[in-house]
Amino acid sequence: MKFAVIVFPGSNCDRDMYYAAKDALGAEAELVWYQTANLENYDAILIPGGFSYGDYLRTGAIASTSHIVNEIKQQAERGTPVLGVCNGFQILLEAGLLPGAMLRNKNLKFMCHFEELIVENSNTMFTSAYESKQMISLPIAHGEGNYYCDDATLDQLKENNQIVFTYASNPNGSINDIAGIINEAGNVLGMMPHPERAVESLLGSADGLELFKSVLNNWRETYVAGA
Amino acid sequence: MLQAPEISPELIEKDGLYREMGITDEEFQLVKKILGRLPNFTETGIFSVMWSEHCSYKTSKPVLKKFPTKAPHVIQGPGEGAGVIDIGDGQAVVFKIESHNHPSAVEPYQGAATGVGGIIRDVFSMGARPIAILNSLRFGNLTSGRVKYLFEEVVNGIAGYGNCVGVPTVGGEVQFDNCYEGNPLVNAMCVGLIDQKDIQKGIAAGIGNTVIYAGARTGRDGIHGATFASEDLSEESESKRPSVQVGDPFMEKLLIEACLEVIHCDALVGMQDMGAAGLTSSASEMASKAGTGMEMDLDLVPQRELDMTPYEMMLSESQERMLLVVEKGREQEIIDVFQKYGLEAVAVGRVTDDKRFRLLHKGEVAADIPVDSLAEDAPVYHKPSKVPTYFEEFQTMEDYYPEVLDFSETLKALLQQTTIASKQWVYDQYDSMVQTNTVVTPGSDAAVLRVRGFDKALAMTTDCNSRYIYLDPETGGKIAVAEAARNIVCSGAKPLALTDGLNFGNPDKPEVFWQIEKSVDGMCEASLKLQTPVISGNVSLYNESGNQAIYPTPVVGMVGLHESLDHITPSFFQSKGDAIYVIGETNPEFGGSELQNLLENDYFGKAPKIDLEVEAKRQNQLLKAIQSGLVASAHDLSEGGLAVALAESLFSNQLGCEVEVNGDVTSDLFSETQSRFLVSVKEENQTAFEALLEDAKSIGYVTDSGKLSVSQSSKTIIEEPAESLKALWKGAIPCLLKSKG
Repeated sequence: MKFAVIVFPGSNCDRDMYYAAKDALGAEAELVWYQTANLENYDAILIPGGFSYGDYLRTGAIASTSHIVNEIKQQAERGTPVLGVCNGFQILLEAGLLPGAMLRNKNLKFMCHFEELIVENSNTMFTSAYESKQMISLPIAHGEGNYYCDDATLDQLKENNQIVFTYASNPNGSINDIAGIINEAGNVLGMMPHPERAVESLLGSADGLELFKSVLNNWRETYVAGA
Repeated sequence: MLQAPEISPELIEKDGLYREMGITDEEFQLVKKILGRLPNFTETGIFSVMWSEHCSYKTSKPVLKKFPTKAPHVIQGPGEGAGVIDIGDGQAVVFKIESHNHPSAVEPYQGAATGVGGIIRDVFSMGARPIAILNSLRFGNLTSGRVKYLFEEVVNGIAGYGNCVGVPTVGGEVQFDNCYEGNPLVNAMCVGLIDQKDIQKGIAAGIGNTVIYAGARTGRDGIHGATFASEDLSEESESKRPSVQVGDPFMEKLLIEACLEVIHCDALVGMQDMGAAGLTSSASEMASKAGTGMEMDLDLVPQRELDMTPYEMMLSESQERMLLVVEKGREQEIIDVFQKYGLEAVAVGRVTDDKRFRLLHKGEVAADIPVDSLAEDAPVYHKPSKVPTYFEEFQTMEDYYPEVLDFSETLKALLQQTTIASKQWVYDQYDSMVQTNTVVTPGSDAAVLRVRGFDKALAMTTDCNSRYIYLDPETGGKIAVAEAARNIVCSGAKPLALTDGLNFGNPDKPEVFWQIEKSVDGMCEASLKLQTPVISGNVSLYNESGNQAIYPTPVVGMVGLHESLDHITPSFFQSKGDAIYVIGETNPEFGGSELQNLLENDYFGKAPKIDLEVEAKRQNQLLKAIQSGLVASAHDLSEGGLAVALAESLFSNQLGCEVEVNGDVTSDLFSETQSRFLVSVKEENQTAFEALLEDAKSIGYVTDSGKLSVSQSSKTIIEEPAESLKALWKGAIPCLLKSKG
């Protein structure tokens, strides 16, 4: 299985994502510069965190207009798993691949520390290696992670089990404690916490590794004969 | 500010306009002699920045020469963008500290942000990937609105820049004292990692080679920043806002990636960032170091604004700019790399053989100066020094001994002192984990980063207790180095080398110059004894406002090496039943202590003593015990003494401790005697540990009670739930920030 890690100007968690997929998970992974024409040869797409285009205008707004996002949309329509973390999540929101928007954290400050999360939906291709309602510990590092959507959207998210992760103790003001959501089709996940920072216990937690394992396992089940 | 280029050389001399740029009469005569004529306006500006203290170290050079800079593991000492240390496996660690005090005093957000940006460029201009940032900050007490504003905005600026460029901010220190009220200190340290074969130097070698300008365009910001940094802060400082640069971390991030790609192109000859004194210093230093000259056509320099004069272009300190020297004929290979990242890279000049620094503008020669005269021939001043009367008084005073009636209440009060209190409010705003190497995050004695792919890690810290240095510069200087090394050792690493961020008042005052001399003497002695050479650094003088000098604050940034990941040692207690030891005897030493600050709201008397032989011995023994796997946790005893260290050791998990003190209780709990450590050891390792650490004394054990208990002759004198102590410690700074004032 081969992961593409999309690198926008200003991405800064790209290598972390690459190492998580390649070294911790043991899959193939490549850093893919945003000017690359197509993503057909990859089995999953990872959009890393950072400050694409310096967060100028709005977080993720400029990156969402780049050509490669059209390519990501096409792959997503074909069912390719797409994971956006932190700024990657913000880009997915701006691109319309996921509903809702990000506001500044309620204390108006950037925050970086481990947070306890609850796995609300363990029936996705990203979370099947977790137990339902499992508590996991992942780092957050963001200034604009206060997820917001209107009531109708929230109802829909709840109804379709699209809320995948919630915060045990809401740090940023997100509506309904939302930390991560998935699209209706179930192959595009956006989350503010960083699973790629939690793949080795040496660095404080390996709880994020299960997310990458889930993606790999689901791919094997789908594409590898006899798996 | 002087800007008019049409001012004639004669007028500059006649009206003494050079003085406004910070050039003295004698220096102006020297410039005339060097040129054999009167300097024009641009040349006067160029001399003024290159001969400023910030660029030339003309005042501090005689003192800096004393630092020990050599050791077998030093690959590059002072003189390049940053120092370089061998860490084995063909790898090296690159680091330097730099101050941005004056800009931060007038424009705290941009001042701090560009301080971070500048030090990062120093590191990646060597070819190293920046892997960590640390900050050493000093502010007045958090009681006035102005200080709170400076504090909040400096932290905001560091976060705004560091988070965006994707370099984790992993540690540092923040201290508060009245002397920094009008003149905060903002020192930023950057650590980089490099394969030794990739190390770059800032040299303009190869006659005929091409000079390339890369990165952000040159604007009118930061003009005369270096000169501004070389004078006292005053009422007029507010008018120096145009001397403060404006940073763009997004641009810097692109520049990092482009430069780290460019170093693998063998067409690159040399690279240097444009820091203080911008284009002037990078260009002239690169030529001077290579023994060549340089000619640049300023019309080719990318400009942000219209009609910029040569003076403005040469003195601008616009950020995120690099100067490269490239093999003639291979410019496009380099330019292509920058263009991939959407960055401008333009050929602006060539390396010459005449050792002149020549600038062309609109077909005319705008400056023509012997290049060595800028970088190397700046005058050196041997300033008079004089023992301050306060020091003589302090030395003759009787030893200060505080009266403590309630030990619990005193501990609680100390934990809320801003210098001791948790700095979580600060570091929570920093991305400390990006790049996924941070093993020990901020809040510990030293930060620890693993070296990916190897069984080793790097420890790093910044330290400087300026109160001791104020009381006794020489002793305090020793302590600053020793304490940094202590922090590195506690984390389980061997101290390798240090970078110094020397912050002092106005060196024209003999008493201030004496502080500089003495503290450097102390640092030198400790560096030699602890085998931590000085490989880079920065000098910031004229840190005064309203005629009040700051305490002498020579910040020590130190890096150490964990020879195995197994050696990484936490600073807090680990498990119930572990024995608690204090290494080193305790004496009643309260001069400059946090307890003195608490009770007297002042510092006086003698600084704590330090015996460097004892210090080195204990550090070596403790490191050996850690490397032998005998130590569960290690924490150095510093501000607030044993009681504070015990409390801090309980704040990371749900443990408690029972400790017995049997000497003078006030000293045992609160004295700041040096060369001491608080260590916890598993029962099965106690015998082996005691055999190695002859100065260790068992004082109690770790419990699961969740309480900090101290008794004397079986009588309880402190019993407090760790949770409530932690709440006080954690809440102190946020509480002060919320309060009105």
